Amino acid sequence: MALDRWIAFVILCVALAYGYAAFFTMDQLLPPFMQRNPIWPSTFPKVLAVLAILTSLVILLGLEKADADKKPADIDYRRLGEYNIGQALLLLGLMVAYALLLRPAGFLLSTVGFLTVGAMILGERKLHYLIPITALATGIVWYLVEGVLGIFLRPLPIFF
Amino acid sequence: MIEGLMIGLSAAFSLQNLLMVIFGCLIGTFIGMLPGLGPMSIIAIMIPVAITIGDPSAALILLAGVYYGAIFGGSTSSILLNAPGVAGTVASSFDGYPMARKGQAGKALTIAAISSFAGGSIGALLLMIFAPMLSTVALLFHSAEYFALMVVGLSAIAAFAGTGNVAKAVLMTLLGLILATVGEGALFNLPRFTMGIMDLQSGLSFITLAMAMFALPEALFLVMNPARSAQGDGGKITGLRITREEGRKIAPVIGRQSIQGFFIGVLPGAGATIASFLGYAVERNIASKEEQKEFGHGSIKGLAAPETANNAACTGSFVPLLTLGIPGSGTTAILLGALIALNVTPGPRLMIDEPQIFWAVIISMYIGNLVLLVLNLPLIPYIAKVLTIPRNYLIPFILFFTLMGSYIGQNNATELLLLVGMGVCATILRFADYPLAPLLIGFILGRMLEDNFARSMQLYDGMGFLIDRPMTLGLLVIAALLVVVPSYRARRAKARAKGIADGD
Repeated sequence: MALDRWIAFVILCVALAYGYAAFFTMDQLLPPFMQRNPIWPSTFPKVLAVLAILTSLVILLGLEKADADKKPADIDYRRLGEYNIGQALLLLGLMVAYALLLRPAGFLLSTVGFLTVGAMILGERKLHYLIPITALATGIVWYLVEGVLGIFLRPLPIFF
Repeated sequence: MIEGLMIGLSAAFSLQNLLMVIFGCLIGTFIGMLPGLGPMSIIAIMIPVAITIGDPSAALILLAGVYYGAIFGGSTSSILLNAPGVAGTVASSFDGYPMARKGQAGKALTIAAISSFAGGSIGALLLMIFAPMLSTVALLFHSAEYFALMVVGLSAIAAFAGTGNVAKAVLMTLLGLILATVGEGALFNLPRFTMGIMDLQSGLSFITLAMAMFALPEALFLVMNPARSAQGDGGKITGLRITREEGRKIAPVIGRQSIQGFFIGVLPGAGATIASFLGYAVERNIASKEEQKEFGHGSIKGLAAPETANNAACTGSFVPLLTLGIPGSGTTAILLGALIALNVTPGPRLMIDEPQIFWAVIISMYIGNLVLLVLNLPLIPYIAKVLTIPRNYLIPFILFFTLMGSYIGQNNATELLLLVGMGVCATILRFADYPLAPLLIGFILGRMLEDNFARSMQLYDGMGFLIDRPMTLGLLVIAALLVVVPSYRARRAKARAKGIADGD
């Protein structure tokens, strides 16, 4: 089965769960005075759930055929191994690490670390250029956010 | 209208707003030139900045400037590198890049700038004429019609996704609408679909969603496929002048395409990309025989047409946003989100309640076009240096700005994890050719759609509004036809083609 139909299948499951919540569990919490309203909090979700289930079935069962002479996609997922998938995954991991470290390690340290390690993952090795540039950029961004926009970002690690 | 113009002039010519336009255009050009960063990503990145400004007209002026700048920057990289940063400028590379190869890069850039300027200015003029007319009509609309109109907009966006993709686009729109129901709605004061998670109580942040849908997948694509981030030398651009004869040749093209592009831009779901391709095709068809041969090999007409059309369409896409409050494209959807965050509700009342916003935006469109022509054109050789930034530095910075944009808006590290998670989902969706703009538009319109639906249900105590208000019913029928007809026609055409093949 092609990837787009797998995705349709996943969305179908999501829509079924969503529809189950909308049709069977949501209305139990509804206070009696609201039950007299012509519209309930679950009305719109019910409509959406039905439509989403129908549309994902259309894709899943292949009722709508795509054009034969389609332009090739940007990236062919069937040959994913030929691309720099490792680098992409490492960068995603780095973003997660950044999200978790931003508060405890402080903005300056975690950002310099993120930019430096990110560039190194992509193959940059000239650390004597890299670290000053990232440090400078981090300082500028921190000044802009903290000083100009007035949004607090903890600059230093938590124990300072 | 004269009064409105005066209000707009006085608002737009404040020092702050002038700086906003200039700053926005420069930033937009700068980032728009980078391969892979389209106007949607750039505007999404700029939104936290715009929201912190606090003044809605200044914010909208800044974002509109960024939008223009991004389109202009995108055409620069199309011409110089054959690497369009923006889908709307792909058609510009057909003739712009051959011109640059022939050593006429400077001339190509000048033509692009002049046609963009003319397209944008004529578009702004048409906007000035048509927006007030449309908003007078729109004042007659009730919530039932609004509901129906939004459904028409959403299905038009899905219908324009092309044959074979309509179901996917519809599904993405529905997914966006479903995501919009997460959190506490204004009408019911009940948390819905939060699964007991506190962070979801206030719903998903549209900035995070916009970043996850556009900026992050683009950055990941750049990482995975190094060929996408084509590098140029970006230094040698000379001979910016064009001759009077060339000017005379492109003038009618510019005139036709600004009008055509504007009206295509007004249609929901069409926008700059379709306008530029259509403009190119039309001009090629009506050109004389020997001129037709030049198309694709560096014809100045072939460059002027898409450049004019895409800028006029950008301006045109502001019409439904400002008069109906319904965005017709991903970019205007993001602008709508920013406006709502600034406590401005675009719609027919905007011109009456806050005329300074409406007119300041229109005036700043002229100023923005002027800035692009006067300031950016001479600076292009220097701005083009941005194309020489090594990708090892570029990509971490793009990722960092994506993270920052979503963090600044919410000040919440969980938001960043959400961003990465949704970004991965969006990348997978892009692998399978699912369009992502409908998802974002659905998400942004979701709340409004449900509110209007609920209001008309309450007013008519049920579904009675469908019968009592024929216009609502008519609009809903149009919406249904928009989705069904293209796929039906595609099926019939296919069946017919098959039949012929069988007969052989």
